Amino acid sequence: MAWTWFHRLGSPPYLYGLAARLTPWFAWSAALCIFAGTYGGLFLAPADYQQGDDFRIIYVHAPSAWMSLMVYTTMAVSAAVGLIWRIKVSHAVAAACAPIGASFTLVALVTGSLWGYRMWGTYWEWDPRLTSELILFFLYLGYMGLRSSIDDTQRADRASAVLAVVGVVNVPIIHFSVTWWNSLHQAPSVMQLAAPTMPASMLIPLLLMFLGFTLMFAALLLVRLQAEILTRERTANWMREAVAS
Amino acid sequence: MSTSASLIEIRGTGTSALEAARLTLARDIRLAFRKRGQLVQPLAFFAIVTTLFPLGISPELSRLRDVAPGVLWVAALLSSLLALEFLFRDDAQDGTLEQHVLSGQSLTWLLFAKTVAHWLLTGLPLAVMAPLAALSLGVPAASVGGIVASVAIGSVALSLIGSVGAALTLGVKRSGALLSLLTLPLSMPVLIFGARATELAIKGEGFAAPLYLLGALAVFGITLAPLAAAAAVRISLE
Repeated sequence: MAWTWFHRLGSPPYLYGLAARLTPWFAWSAALCIFAGTYGGLFLAPADYQQGDDFRIIYVHAPSAWMSLMVYTTMAVSAAVGLIWRIKVSHAVAAACAPIGASFTLVALVTGSLWGYRMWGTYWEWDPRLTSELILFFLYLGYMGLRSSIDDTQRADRASAVLAVVGVVNVPIIHFSVTWWNSLHQAPSVMQLAAPTMPASMLIPLLLMFLGFTLMFAALLLVRLQAEILTRERTANWMREAVAS
Repeated sequence: MSTSASLIEIRGTGTSALEAARLTLARDIRLAFRKRGQLVQPLAFFAIVTTLFPLGISPELSRLRDVAPGVLWVAALLSSLLALEFLFRDDAQDGTLEQHVLSGQSLTWLLFAKTVAHWLLTGLPLAVMAPLAALSLGVPAASVGGIVASVAIGSVALSLIGSVGAALTLGVKRSGALLSLLTLPLSMPVLIFGARATELAIKGEGFAAPLYLLGALAVFGITLAPLAAAAAVRISLE
């Protein structure tokens, strides 16, 4: 009995309505957190004694990098749920995740390279984290490429779900091998940010940005999920009624 | 589901999974030797790619020696990607793969056998070819053993990773670019450890550590890749 709320999530009409109702809550709390975090990061946090004001890009870079991995994990978990229990809306969630995750990865790459330019003097350094991030971006591209090249939605769902699961198993291996490769070829990275030594005025805006980005992902995911359900259920009767009303 | 379960009971009793895998392996190798031209293509491709680098960089052997591990491994990666086309394509077109799915035998074992056959036909010849290409890049003759070992083990992992990608793109027309987008990011650890083992072998140092890691990747692939490939083939043939 207690599980009925959970089962209802698998029903497209219920989830469509729920997503529509929840979106503003996530969107506004994300906006609030990101605004507060940006203000704190740009005006309240002191300049870094080594990097000056350049370090402030961390308030965009680190949350994006974190989100790029979290979205991939979310995508793989919902893909696996869809594959194992054959829940159609889980595949819709996975499909909705991919472009968001790819965008976060791209933001992390661009901000990382801009930061690298100020710190290392070059736009691209084969730093292990940047390299892993680049490979993650390729994984997202592969996932979206596979999905878009199969016309049948159900087959595209299940094939890309296998790819997402294979990818998420490989992400730690790729990260380990890239770190190992890098440690042989170059001195440890210049950027050593130890989080605990950050003063609170620097750390709190960063945590707010992390929270804000996570909430923003939830809001974007819900919007994209509605669009996915609209496309997938376009012939269903409930959808005609929902759109007509 | 119930019909497929009964099929397993009816047809699966005759031949054991291992026996079926052995027969598939023998069949694939026999078929491949009837089309010898196809077998040579990835090797010729490998030779051509390694020839391009001296033309593009410089004929100086000392400079080529520095880039030799990377050149060899990138060429090996690309030629194994090219060879993936032969893995399932013909069998998918003439319906053999469908019969494999319907046979009631473990599809995982059958695909594993096909991948082993593919490795014997493309990976192993590549490992034998690699020293020739390496010698032309000015690599000392003493390092040949290390190069053969690293390419032989690394190509096992490449074949297995590739089998998942090839299975996923079975139903896709003109899948070449997509296949490379799917498999190359997953192959990067193989490239890293393989190139490192080759580099150490060329320098005359101990290359056991990266070779063990390559072996670990290959074993990991043997354990999981056939399962994923079987799931992917079932989805692609739905």
